[in-house]
Amino acid sequence: MNHWLILPILVPALIAPLIALAMRYDIVLARVFSVASSVLLLVLSVILLVLAGDGDILTYSLGNWAAPFGIVLVLDRLSAMLLVLTAVLGLLVLLYSLNGWDKRGRHFHPIFQFQLMGINGAFLTGDFFNLFVFFEVLLIASYGLMVHGGGAERVKAGVQYVIVNLVGSSVFLIAVGLIYSVTGTLNMADLASRVAEVPPADQALLRTGALLLLLVFAIKAALVPVQFWLPGTYANAAAPVAALFAIMTKVGAYSIIRMYTLAFGDKAGDLAWLAAPWLLPAALVTLVLGMLGVLASRALAQMVSFAVIGSMGTLLVAVSLFTPGAMSAALFYLLHSTLAAAALFLIVGLIAERRADRVDAIVVAPRFAQMGLLASLFFLGAIAITGMPPLSGFVGKLLILDNARHSIAAVWVWSAILITSLIAIVGFARAGSTVFWKSGSVEGMLRVRRLMPSALPLVAVGFLMAGTVMLTVFAGPLTQYMDETAMQIFTPSLYIEAVLGPGWRE
Amino acid sequence: MEFIVASAIGVMMAAGVYLVLRARTFPVVLGLSLMTYAVNVFLFATGRLAVNLPPVISAEATGYTDPLPQALVLTAIVISFGMTAVIVVMALRSYLESGTDHVDLDHATHAGDVASSDNPARATATGTDRERATGGGNRS
Repeated sequence: MNHWLILPILVPALIAPLIALAMRYDIVLARVFSVASSVLLLVLSVILLVLAGDGDILTYSLGNWAAPFGIVLVLDRLSAMLLVLTAVLGLLVLLYSLNGWDKRGRHFHPIFQFQLMGINGAFLTGDFFNLFVFFEVLLIASYGLMVHGGGAERVKAGVQYVIVNLVGSSVFLIAVGLIYSVTGTLNMADLASRVAEVPPADQALLRTGALLLLLVFAIKAALVPVQFWLPGTYANAAAPVAALFAIMTKVGAYSIIRMYTLAFGDKAGDLAWLAAPWLLPAALVTLVLGMLGVLASRALAQMVSFAVIGSMGTLLVAVSLFTPGAMSAALFYLLHSTLAAAALFLIVGLIAERRADRVDAIVVAPRFAQMGLLASLFFLGAIAITGMPPLSGFVGKLLILDNARHSIAAVWVWSAILITSLIAIVGFARAGSTVFWKSGSVEGMLRVRRLMPSALPLVAVGFLMAGTVMLTVFAGPLTQYMDETAMQIFTPSLYIEAVLGPGWRE
Repeated sequence: MEFIVASAIGVMMAAGVYLVLRARTFPVVLGLSLMTYAVNVFLFATGRLAVNLPPVISAEATGYTDPLPQALVLTAIVISFGMTAVIVVMALRSYLESGTDHVDLDHATHAGDVASSDNPARATATGTDRERATGGGNRS
């Protein structure tokens, strides 16, 4: 029982209503509290990272109800790492939004905090009905953020996003119901210890439930064939919102990693590695489709959205190999792709603001303010997300390729990743040269009457880019941490023992 | 009774899926509601169908029904109720802003209005309408 675990959920859960109720008309106070809460979250998540760092798996029983009956929060290396990533991203995106984005609609800050609460909760919970609840928390906050700022097209895209996710929630409940009806438990660790004992007559039900659950996580992770909601949503959301949403697809990836290594991993008897045969082809198609989308996009935000789909494909290809080495590479790539995608969304947001009516369309247009600076930032972001040296995308893809060598699907993985990288490079190069290079020689200048201040946004983008540089510089120690994390993931008995106590029957 | 419950779930789900695939928001909202009803009954049924049995411990009980799915259904009802409210408000807002209740993005507005309407720079854009149409048309 460690009380630190509840704090990443509790802090935003308390601050958000406080801002919504007491500071709804005072934007300065709301900003102060929102930033303070995000800084506090960062500090807390670093503390949790240190706590989880020595390999212990910590648990927190809500209301002190014993594990299989009550809800538990579980902190292992994987959760701790993702909490830190969420906190870093949340703080930087919040800094970006302070330049006036947060005033474009009501209640940006409380919804933002609720969003962080939902994401943190999803990373921490050890109970899959509770996971559903946290999914709903983060989704309902994301609906609010998605339409932040308004506009016909954005609201329209928001409606689509809500519909897709409501259908997803229904499927989630059906999956939870099926799994509960067969195993009689909602606790992930308890489920893991029972899957192998399910009588053969019930295994079809359990398999159906588990695969439906995979479908739900695939919707979150934007995996083919349920990736279609992402480009419309991300490209139409405000830049800081799209950047924050870069972590949302990772919630799906996290859930896949957690569920299908813990409960349906090695010890699951007939259902062992249930997800693998579905996940690998889907991830490969996602990768190809995403990067083709990059090439076909006609606007920058849309292009980055497709790059996110492509990077989710890369990430899940590595996950679907289900080996410790590939998982370690996948986790490294997860950190990288979140930071790189968020940075690019923010950069595209800055560009769109300055190009007046051309917004982020990939067309030749006159020059705009701070073009040189934004062009170089875009260049760096493109290098990061396409996986070119020297930034961390290269290291991540290299690690994935290296760990895929001994897989039976090695040829597919290698060719998909290498060819799609080339396609993405062509796509980003084409966009960059149209928007910056060719536009550089056009007469005149695009002017925007009142430009929002860009100091804080540039700081946020700078830190995100610095993050990908750091990932490269500290790739050694980080891969070591990822290796240890992957070992922990592939030893589910540690997790089960931490939750159910040493007495559980293997 | 199993047959009635199972077919009720099936029919509601089928109707829900059909309605969700419609092109306009109102049938979609109805479809989502039907789907959540089906899910709620389904969740209830995962605790097995038991008639006249108490869910909590009592001295004279001969058997029990599983109380947990009932708690889950309660949570699911509350959440789906909230979500339905959200989607109704958003559908209404979308109709009022774009003048059409199509779910499809392509039907939303005239292509030329698309880029400028959701952009922060729009209010301050200096481009003429003609420029707006040519520049914005490229954003899908």
